[in-house]
Amino acid sequence: MADQSVTQNANELRDAALGLAEKAAKLADNLAHQAGDMATSATTVVHTSGVSPTVLGLTVFVLACFVGYYVVWKVTPALHSPLMAVTNAISSVIIVGALLAAGPIEMNLSKVMGFLAVVLASVNIFGGFIVAQRMLHMFKKKK
Amino acid sequence: MSENLSAFLYLVASVCFILSLRGLSSPETARNGNILGMVGMAIAILTTLASPEVVSYTTIIVGILLGGAIGTVIALKIKMTALPQLVAAFHSLVGLAAVFVASAALYSPGAYGIGTAGNIGVASLIEMGLGVAIGAITFTGSLVAFGKLQGIVSGTPVRFTGQHMLNLAIAIGILVFGIIVVTTESHMAFWILVALALVLGITLIIPIGGADMPVVVSMLNSYSGWAACGIGFTLQNNALIITGALVGASGAILSYIMCKGMNRSIFNVIFGGFGTDAGAAAATLGSDGDRTAKSGSSDDAAFIMKNASSVIIVPGYGMAVAQAQHALREMGDILKAEGVNVRYAIHPVAGRMPGHMNVLLAEANVPYDDVLEMDEINRDFGTADVAFVIGANDITNPAAKTDPSSPIFGMPILEVEKAKTVLFIKRSMSAGYAGIQNELFFKDNTMMLFGDAKKMCEEIVMHLDN
Repeated sequence: MADQSVTQNANELRDAALGLAEKAAKLADNLAHQAGDMATSATTVVHTSGVSPTVLGLTVFVLACFVGYYVVWKVTPALHSPLMAVTNAISSVIIVGALLAAGPIEMNLSKVMGFLAVVLASVNIFGGFIVAQRMLHMFKKKK
Repeated sequence: MSENLSAFLYLVASVCFILSLRGLSSPETARNGNILGMVGMAIAILTTLASPEVVSYTTIIVGILLGGAIGTVIALKIKMTALPQLVAAFHSLVGLAAVFVASAALYSPGAYGIGTAGNIGVASLIEMGLGVAIGAITFTGSLVAFGKLQGIVSGTPVRFTGQHMLNLAIAIGILVFGIIVVTTESHMAFWILVALALVLGITLIIPIGGADMPVVVSMLNSYSGWAACGIGFTLQNNALIITGALVGASGAILSYIMCKGMNRSIFNVIFGGFGTDAGAAAATLGSDGDRTAKSGSSDDAAFIMKNASSVIIVPGYGMAVAQAQHALREMGDILKAEGVNVRYAIHPVAGRMPGHMNVLLAEANVPYDDVLEMDEINRDFGTADVAFVIGANDITNPAAKTDPSSPIFGMPILEVEKAKTVLFIKRSMSAGYAGIQNELFFKDNTMMLFGDAKKMCEEIVMHLDN
């Protein structure tokens, strides 16, 4: 009698355990789904907000300052004048902004300003590089 | 073109710019570096032209051709002695272009992808405000520097009471209107901000004297870089940010070198400096009455140098003014042919821009190996027979080492007084830029050669030939 009740108890326990296992599996499955959903939403979040472009720009800016610092200290003092001409020319890379303003088809104030900026920056680009080349040409090895 | 591809191409352009500056570390690599710079610029422009927002090519090509033609003609025609004012003028253009780009971004933010009019992000407005303020200061500041170097505006410091207060008030005004622009995106406030920054550029630079222009020009060079950075942040364009930072760093380093060459801080150059307290020092030293300087002729100079074994030539701004570099090189060549060791010593602040003397000597075909920086040559003056000072003054004044009351005390100098004989070409006994007398004129081993630098060199050449 006692044996019977033990077996019965064992059977009941087994059923309960099976049920629990089933539930756990379901739960795990659910969790996995949820995690997947979260991951997808996380990537969308990264795409929309994440690290702001300003901070990314700042990163680039600070690193570029260090590059500039080390590169410019290496410039020989004899070539400081050409250095000014070249830096002047390359700072006119703001022509990129001017082109974007002058680019659209419709005529408005910002297009006019873009056009003026294109002209000014072009004076600088051509003038700066050419005058630098003229100077550097004079620093050729004399025979 | 996809955004990724254009971002990549902008990166390539930035690397080209870095390498072009790297090339300037020696005259041999500099020309290739410069060409690399042009390639970088071409890549940046073509990449922008290929972006889908840019469709109106006619306007753009007209603009580039117009500007390019003007720039090319100016660059080819300009005399090398006019280089400092040319660079100042170019800086002003970068500043003005930055103002235009920032205002274009304010009026049609759509073209830059930073929102719609009335709804521009706060970060973009801050960057825009910074870019436009720095650009405007660069524009008018460089114009004043140009005027001073060209002789249109008086080279003497213009000072008035309450100057610093005025500058401070304008700066605060810029800050206040900057905050209004950022919070309200008001176009009115934006233009007031621009106007104030334009005025500040003038009031900041007008009190600075002509011989401090190397510092000013380098500083404005730096500003034009920071302005480009500001615009780069607005456009979220890394090429602009990187290039702006390179240029900014370059200008800052040059300003630092120039200030160190004068033993002055950048604040001293901008806010105070010579002309204010030099009067007292000049009075104590201005005792020329009881002493006479020995003066000589070109004949004497030719004789002394012909019999020397080592001559060190010290050029200054006076050489540039007199355009004496060609006659000077001719003199050097004859002396060399006579077996004299001829070298040139360059002080970091000689002339009106960094490296000014080096360019002029290079123009006159002086081999750059003969041209030495102060640190390289200073100890050689002790063994030199002749120090030939042409158009320089303050940078040779021993008072910088011996007289703690002198306004230039502590400034590194070329130690010409250690040479056996010092020859000074000067037009008169007048003081140099610092407004102080040079003790060296009255030393026994000094001979003054009064006259125009170019004429004097030509006469010496004539006597050397005989």
